[in-house]
Amino acid sequence: MPLNINLQQILLHALNFVILFGAMYFLLYKPVRSFMDSRQAHYEKMDEDAKAVLAEAEKTKADYEAQLKSADEEIARRQREANEALQHAVDERRAQAEQQASEIVQQARENAAREHDRVMEQAKGEVSELMSAAAEKLVLSSTSDAYDKFLDTAEERKDNG
Amino acid sequence: MDKKKRTRELVVFAVIVLALLAGCLLTPSGGESEPIQEVMRDAVLHEQNKVSLFGLIEVNPGLVSAYIVTGILIVFALICRLFVIPKFKYVPGRFQLLLEQIVGMFDGLAEGSSPHRNKFLRAYIFTAGVYIFVSTLFELLGVQAVTTSGHTVSLPAPLSDINGAIALGVMSYGVILFGGLIAAGVGGFLHALKDFSLPISMSFRLFGALLSGALVTELVYYYAALSYVLPVIVGVMFTLMHALIQAYVLTMLVSTFYGESTEKHEKKHGTQKIKKSRSETAA
Repeated sequence: MPLNINLQQILLHALNFVILFGAMYFLLYKPVRSFMDSRQAHYEKMDEDAKAVLAEAEKTKADYEAQLKSADEEIARRQREANEALQHAVDERRAQAEQQASEIVQQARENAAREHDRVMEQAKGEVSELMSAAAEKLVLSSTSDAYDKFLDTAEERKDNG
Repeated sequence: MDKKKRTRELVVFAVIVLALLAGCLLTPSGGESEPIQEVMRDAVLHEQNKVSLFGLIEVNPGLVSAYIVTGILIVFALICRLFVIPKFKYVPGRFQLLLEQIVGMFDGLAEGSSPHRNKFLRAYIFTAGVYIFVSTLFELLGVQAVTTSGHTVSLPAPLSDINGAIALGVMSYGVILFGGLIAAGVGGFLHALKDFSLPISMSFRLFGALLSGALVTELVYYYAALSYVLPVIVGVMFTLMHALIQAYVLTMLVSTFYGESTEKHEKKHGTQKIKKSRSETAA
């Protein structure tokens, strides 16, 4: 054979390689491959679990957001109602206050009128008292002077006399 | 003082080296020496230097190398299976990472070239790649064997033996052929059969590449004057490059042809479907 090709040795080489293939496949390739596959499956499962958890979290988030949105609307509605109630109360209070104020003013006016009348009455009484006192004083002062004059005259006449 | 001492030491060292070098070159080598032509011719043809295989038959040294490499690989695989693989962790250590990288690299090559059917192909190119790489590096060990004629020879790479290269080439072609048959039926088989030159080209590519490395190394070691420093580059670098390149080339070729033998059949199915749908549309 050219190049010293030998069929028997070719077959011996082939047998050697087939034995090597079997050993490498069962001892090295397959266990390493199956480990790599199991690890890949493990991480894929982890990934799927994480995705499921994420989806659950997204759903919960969406629920919470919806709840928050409805709560916001509720808050706004209640705020609006509270504002309306407050405005109503303020109006009522203002009306009451205005009424009270008008009553107070009325009362004050009446009091003032009464006081005025009373002061006027009192002033009148005082004036009449002053007038009578003045008259009395006037009268008294004029009679005492005449009496004094009479007594003086009487004295003088007695002395002269 | 120190400088003088150092100079003296260097001079002594250089004298010893030169003396030994002169001794190597001037003294005759022991035993019968073959001329380089015969050495090179025998490296190619293996006509003279035969090794006895278990006292049964006389074989080329390459076959003994192949058995030793297979033994080394099986022991290595067994040790890995018993002591390393059971301790594999999800976060790999260095050695685990190396094993996974090797397996993953050949898997990726098979899946990339033959996406249709690759389970057997992955295991095959893994074994073939590892075998070519390790067996090519094996010649670096320089394991000695005694020939039947009484000479000692350094065991070569198994695939630098034409018989080993033909065996691997033919088996690879067989894998392509029967892979095509199983995956794509008779069409795939016939498609692979068309490339009947493939086993020859693969065999002789392997043989030529590895033999050239062996010849260059043989040539370098034959002359004592070249056997200083140079073998570090020629022996190690060339052998490493050969190992990597040939392992990659053969596995890539096998996976590419394997992929083609299934892919074309798929395309045929696709075109048939298209034709069918077109005829239905036309009708």
